[in-house]
Amino acid sequence: MSAMTYEQAMEEFDPVFGIEVHVELNTRTKMFCGCANEFGAEPNTQVCPVCLGLPGAMPVTNQKAVESAIRLGLALGCSIRESSRFARKNYFYPDLSKDYQISQYDEPTCYEGSLDVVLDDGTVVTVAIERAHMEEDAGKNTHVGGSGGIQGADYSLVDYNRGGVPLVEIVTKPITGMGDRTAEVARAYVATIRDIVRALGISDGRMEQGSVRADVNLSLRPKAVAGESQDDVPFGKRSETKNVNSLRAIERAVHFEAARQASLLLAGQPVVQETRHWHEDTSSTTPGRSKEEAEDYRYFPEPDLLPVQPSREWVEELRGTIPEHPAKMRARLREEWGFSDLEMRDVVAADALVLIADTVAAGTTPQAARKWWMGELSRVANDREVALTALPLTPAAIAELQGLVDSGRINDKLARQALEGVLAGEGSPAEVVASRGLEVVSDDSALEKAVDEALAAQPDVLAKIQDGKVQAAGAIVGAVMKATRGQADAGRVREIILQRAGVEA
Amino acid sequence: MAIDWTRKTAAQMADALAAGEVTSVELVQAHLDRIAAVDGTVESNSVHAFLHIDAEGALETARAVDADRAAGVELPRLAGVPIGIKDVLVTKGLPTTAGSRILEGWIPPYDATVTRRVREARMPILGKTNMDEFAMGSSTEHSGYGPTRNPWDLDRIPGGSGGGSAAALAAFEAPLTIGSDTGGSIRQPASVTATVGVKPTYGGVSRFGAIALASSLDQLGPCGRTVLDTALLHEVMGGHDEMDATSLDEPVPAVVEAALEGAQMDLTGVKVGVVRELSGADGGYQAGVTQRFEESLDKLRAMGAEIVEVSCPSFEYALAAYYVILPSEASSNLAKFDSVRFGLRVEKPTVEKTMLATRAEGFGDEVKRRIILGTYALSAGYYDAYYGSAQKVRTLVQRDFDAAFAQCDVLVSPTTPTTPFKIGERIDDPLAMYLNDIATIPANLAGIPGMSLPSGLAPEDGLPVGFQILAPAHEDARLYRIGAALEASLTAEWGGPLSAQAPELEVAS
Repeated sequence: MSAMTYEQAMEEFDPVFGIEVHVELNTRTKMFCGCANEFGAEPNTQVCPVCLGLPGAMPVTNQKAVESAIRLGLALGCSIRESSRFARKNYFYPDLSKDYQISQYDEPTCYEGSLDVVLDDGTVVTVAIERAHMEEDAGKNTHVGGSGGIQGADYSLVDYNRGGVPLVEIVTKPITGMGDRTAEVARAYVATIRDIVRALGISDGRMEQGSVRADVNLSLRPKAVAGESQDDVPFGKRSETKNVNSLRAIERAVHFEAARQASLLLAGQPVVQETRHWHEDTSSTTPGRSKEEAEDYRYFPEPDLLPVQPSREWVEELRGTIPEHPAKMRARLREEWGFSDLEMRDVVAADALVLIADTVAAGTTPQAARKWWMGELSRVANDREVALTALPLTPAAIAELQGLVDSGRINDKLARQALEGVLAGEGSPAEVVASRGLEVVSDDSALEKAVDEALAAQPDVLAKIQDGKVQAAGAIVGAVMKATRGQADAGRVREIILQRAGVEA
Repeated sequence: MAIDWTRKTAAQMADALAAGEVTSVELVQAHLDRIAAVDGTVESNSVHAFLHIDAEGALETARAVDADRAAGVELPRLAGVPIGIKDVLVTKGLPTTAGSRILEGWIPPYDATVTRRVREARMPILGKTNMDEFAMGSSTEHSGYGPTRNPWDLDRIPGGSGGGSAAALAAFEAPLTIGSDTGGSIRQPASVTATVGVKPTYGGVSRFGAIALASSLDQLGPCGRTVLDTALLHEVMGGHDEMDATSLDEPVPAVVEAALEGAQMDLTGVKVGVVRELSGADGGYQAGVTQRFEESLDKLRAMGAEIVEVSCPSFEYALAAYYVILPSEASSNLAKFDSVRFGLRVEKPTVEKTMLATRAEGFGDEVKRRIILGTYALSAGYYDAYYGSAQKVRTLVQRDFDAAFAQCDVLVSPTTPTTPFKIGERIDDPLAMYLNDIATIPANLAGIPGMSLPSGLAPEDGLPVGFQILAPAHEDARLYRIGAALEASLTAEWGGPLSAQAPELEVAS
């Protein structure tokens, strides 16, 4: 069996893929109890009888999670079922406190949607969505000793903080006909889902924290022979690669699986239908625990919960809250703002699009807004190792700061000092300018006095200026700026120097 | 001679407390003494109605109630009246096992909603009553802690699963108890111990904190020796609870008022339907059971009720459907007993083996039988044939009830086909055991309320016979009105409550 490349695999076979994306909702509380839904707390501190599955405890559906799920469904163009229900998915595992997961099975709340995905070159691919359903997350096992897996561990610990966190699982229909763009489409699809959940404000969309997780299903089938339609060629056996948790990893997982399966098929060996684990360090997959027979989850309707029955009026009200498709919004804003493709791509990559849009909306030019967010603020965020959105200031504050520059009350250098104060929590830009005394000295008499003193201290320079060597005035400007601690308008200082020297500017 | 307060009704105790004729401490102590005298242990072949006694807790509540009463604080009606709670309800700080060894030693960190309401009603909790393991059974023989015995005949079963709650009443160990009814676990024990038990409308009482058997069938309910007492407890337990999504969002029916109205013994204009399929008309019922049932119908007629016969043909399939739905839900509800977070743990080298060993050791045979049945019924490929078909039968049963209630106000039947059988008699014959619930199961499938109250003693064996009343959903008050009328009429004939005729129990020295 010879190793193949992705490109070779795509030349030999026709790929079919599908993606399941799990989105962790950012509701204040968990899916079926009142525990806080927060990432990173001490183990087993955000638990109660319900999410611990203690005897007697019962679930109650979080209506905010239902709202988020319906909004997500609407953003994905799904139909919203008038009456949907939860089911129990039964399987034994220590991180699953009740030993069943409350999920949706035969009646998901959102079904039959489609999503336009825009590739880097502008190509639009429409992905058909089968369903988007609600479910609860499981806890987290930590295996201590051995290799870190459950096999060979000395003991295992379970943290149920994540148990019961609300999830929406979005399942695509099989995606065909993408050929060698399969990996790119897969990546762009997940990126679009991430952008949508952020735009909806229903999840922080942080893949590195597991807020958005993807499972990638991939199979290969022979290319159609002449006279045959590719649609008539049956699908091959698929693998399901679990928990691929970055956009880059999605692309790589598709590459690896396509190459692996193609190598097997060309060597006349079968592809096993199985679950596979993704390994970020080696960019490869390995088989999950082999299953001799299909899992039987013994689904049945959850008797402890009533059906989800959103009124038509409510659904329509929620439809009115769905933001513009991220790709369409980007195209529109690029046009309006006059940014280059490269500038726009950098803005999107830095997660600054919404921040810039909000800054522009607050009255700043797009160029100035971009300069702040992509320049000074990106540098600060980078130093602090936080996201731009996590900086403690609002787009409105940036607009206010730029307003102070535009009106001449401060210059660029002072603006950076004012920003420092704002980030330090000293107040609004105007307040910081006032409290730190940053305002440009615009009182001519004060400037004239400083210029006179500087000229008196450097009579040789005055002589040079009067000789016509106007550029020598720079030394006097520097001295005046120093004397006014940078708060003078350098242009005005220069005018006064030339005036005093009796030279026309 | 000093008053034996344990013989009084809960209503009488409440009135005497209010009038200052007795203190709650005296009431609690009298019941603790009675329990100490007759409850005994499994080994002593005594009643064994209680799995856990909380003497100190009960006395503490009683002392606080007495102090508040002395201080003139306004108190709930049943404040100071002691109660026993079926071990299916979680009680913060008190052991809760649901009759299973797998929960031996577990102390819940929280209260069930009904437990909380009992505490808010200021009722001293005497302890936790015995039950078939996870409420699976009709005899309490399947308790992991040994059977409860029927105070009417210690060789006989007290019914199940709530045999402990019923026997505690019949043995005068408690004036009120709480039960849970999934297929008859309140009504059948009431029937065989000559006590009163009510399964409210599904959703009428919060299930939060009740260890689930079959979630779509389970309902908690009140148990007492009289219809009025049962009504008083019903109003304490009932009402909407946001912790139970299936809880009805409506006020508790006015059942106390209905019981008082019924005691006036006027049933003019009331139409009572006899369900042909549940009346023993097709045979299979003990002669004395049928005889007492007919006599009770005469009493109702004498008070002005019109008796009509109705037919519910699909009830024939109810038992079969029940024994698919119940094990299916139970197999899932009981999965959480996996040793990871609470209860028994039999340590093995891997978590999977530990789970298997714990469940093998901790669960009894009947529980294992039903988990296997339910797991099978829900399996891919069998789901439609079993669970799917059972749900269709459930719909048919509901339609039969709808049609029957279009013709009458309440439906009636004997609660059980026979008087209590002997301990051990059916333990190896699950089907014979299951048949005991033939008349009580349809109400659970349809979610409607039902009551069992004493109808007399069968002439051939002198053992209690129960009379069942069923009403449409939300109409729990009808049970109490008709039940109180029948109770008044029969008590007048007997010259006192039937419970007073129970044989004296041997008192431990």
